[in-house]
Amino acid sequence: MIEVKALKKGFDGKSVISGVDAVFEPGKCNLIIGSSGSGKTVLMKCLVGLFEPDSGEILYDGQNFTTMNEEERKLLRRQIGMLFQGSALFDSMTVEQNIMFPLDMFTEDDFTAKLKRVNEVLDRVNMKDVNNKFPAEISGGMKKRVGIARAIVLNPKYLFCDEPNSGLDPLTSILIDKLIKEITIEYNITTVVNTHDMNSVMETGDHIIYMYQGLKEWEGSNKEIIFSKNKLLNDFIFASEFLQDAKDMRQLEMKGKIDNNRNMDELMK
Amino acid sequence: MNIFTELGRYILMLKDMFSKPENMRMYWKEFMHQCVEIGIRSLGIVIIISVFMGAVSALQTAYQLVSPLIPLSTIAQIVRDTVILEFSPTLVCIVLAGVVGSKIAGELGNMRVSEQIDALEIMGINTKTYLILPKILAAMLTIPMLVIVSAVLGILGGKLAAVATGIVSTSQFDKGLFQYFKPYNVFFALVKAYSFSFIIASISSFYGYYVNGGALEIGRASTKSVVVSCVLILLTDYVLSSILL
Repeated sequence: MIEVKALKKGFDGKSVISGVDAVFEPGKCNLIIGSSGSGKTVLMKCLVGLFEPDSGEILYDGQNFTTMNEEERKLLRRQIGMLFQGSALFDSMTVEQNIMFPLDMFTEDDFTAKLKRVNEVLDRVNMKDVNNKFPAEISGGMKKRVGIARAIVLNPKYLFCDEPNSGLDPLTSILIDKLIKEITIEYNITTVVNTHDMNSVMETGDHIIYMYQGLKEWEGSNKEIIFSKNKLLNDFIFASEFLQDAKDMRQLEMKGKIDNNRNMDELMK
Repeated sequence: MNIFTELGRYILMLKDMFSKPENMRMYWKEFMHQCVEIGIRSLGIVIIISVFMGAVSALQTAYQLVSPLIPLSTIAQIVRDTVILEFSPTLVCIVLAGVVGSKIAGELGNMRVSEQIDALEIMGINTKTYLILPKILAAMLTIPMLVIVSAVLGILGGKLAAVATGIVSTSQFDKGLFQYFKPYNVFFALVKAYSFSFIIASISSFYGYYVNGGALEIGRASTKSVVVSCVLILLTDYVLSSILL
């Protein structure tokens, strides 16, 4: 479990995160959503230690990450896996070498054992016969899956995904979402996903935090988000035409102007 | 960012480079990889510039030595000392600042922009130790070797040009080559080579590692690293010459 307490972060005197409290539980897909510039990426970078917060606490299973020294952080980071927006695969290495890299660095296993583990995680992300390909030779969706494979190869307790759907077609996005969800449940990982993709929100959002101008504006699940009365959240989630239609239908249903037995869950399917 | 901020950041980068490696075997592998990238891959250009540098030096020295009172073997002496004292360590290192420096800055800049450095940090790896230290050590091992190779080839190039054009005979050139030879000059050349190799690798790593932005900034960092390295090489060259000669 990851706990965030009164986290603040600013740059050049301008506040980007203004006191966020949150709890991210294991076995759940915890989503941070919000429009561009709302502070979700900064929040995630603070969580993984790429940015130092100005104040507040980040607790990983009770251990205070913000007060740890560099060596303690290094040890904790070995339990963290992260999928980057651009996958961040090492260009000069093959897919196999990319995934094997954390094993090479942090285990004393022999090559056969490491290769077995690499093939296991590749199989888990539904990829075959790509071991010797370079990142430049595979598609965006495949890169994301390799990124996930590299992130989970050391069996992390915490998984962070920064906009896992960016640059992907809708079908591949759904596959990646499902994969993240399955892995979260299967390994009981505390997963934190940073996204503004509403399909992802509805598909995987066990726990959602909506950020607006550096503050946590709303918190709930994918079941609750569609019925939220929060205006800012509604403006954000109903920005897409499809969801606007859904909202209009919901209002008509509520007013009894249409006789529709479908509930919103069915509508979303 | 002013010059003092940059200097402070550069010194902090060098300080942070020294941490305990997570896995010595991986660091050794990276060091050997950098030796190949910096040393072996620069060999071609070093051979070409060294041979021509020596040849041109011989021809231009002969052109200027018009007095019949000066023996022709002096040409070999001048070629030898010019190549050892200045051409090989300084000229080769300035070329390497372009070849190796821009490559290091480009590579690290690309890793920064594409979040590969962040990925390594999150894995729990000290990226300064893993990415920068092997480059500096590899440069300090291979560049002095390249300078020695360059000096030998430069002298051979001078001999080849001088003999082929009929300016001096082989025996006259060989005689001049061993006249008044000071081994201290080789020591001086190596001091310069070590200093310059540190400048090339550390400056280009600094500009590459701290790239902020996109592809345009990678290009700018590359150019800036070459310019700053060249200026520092020339400045250090002057300081070392003042102190050691």
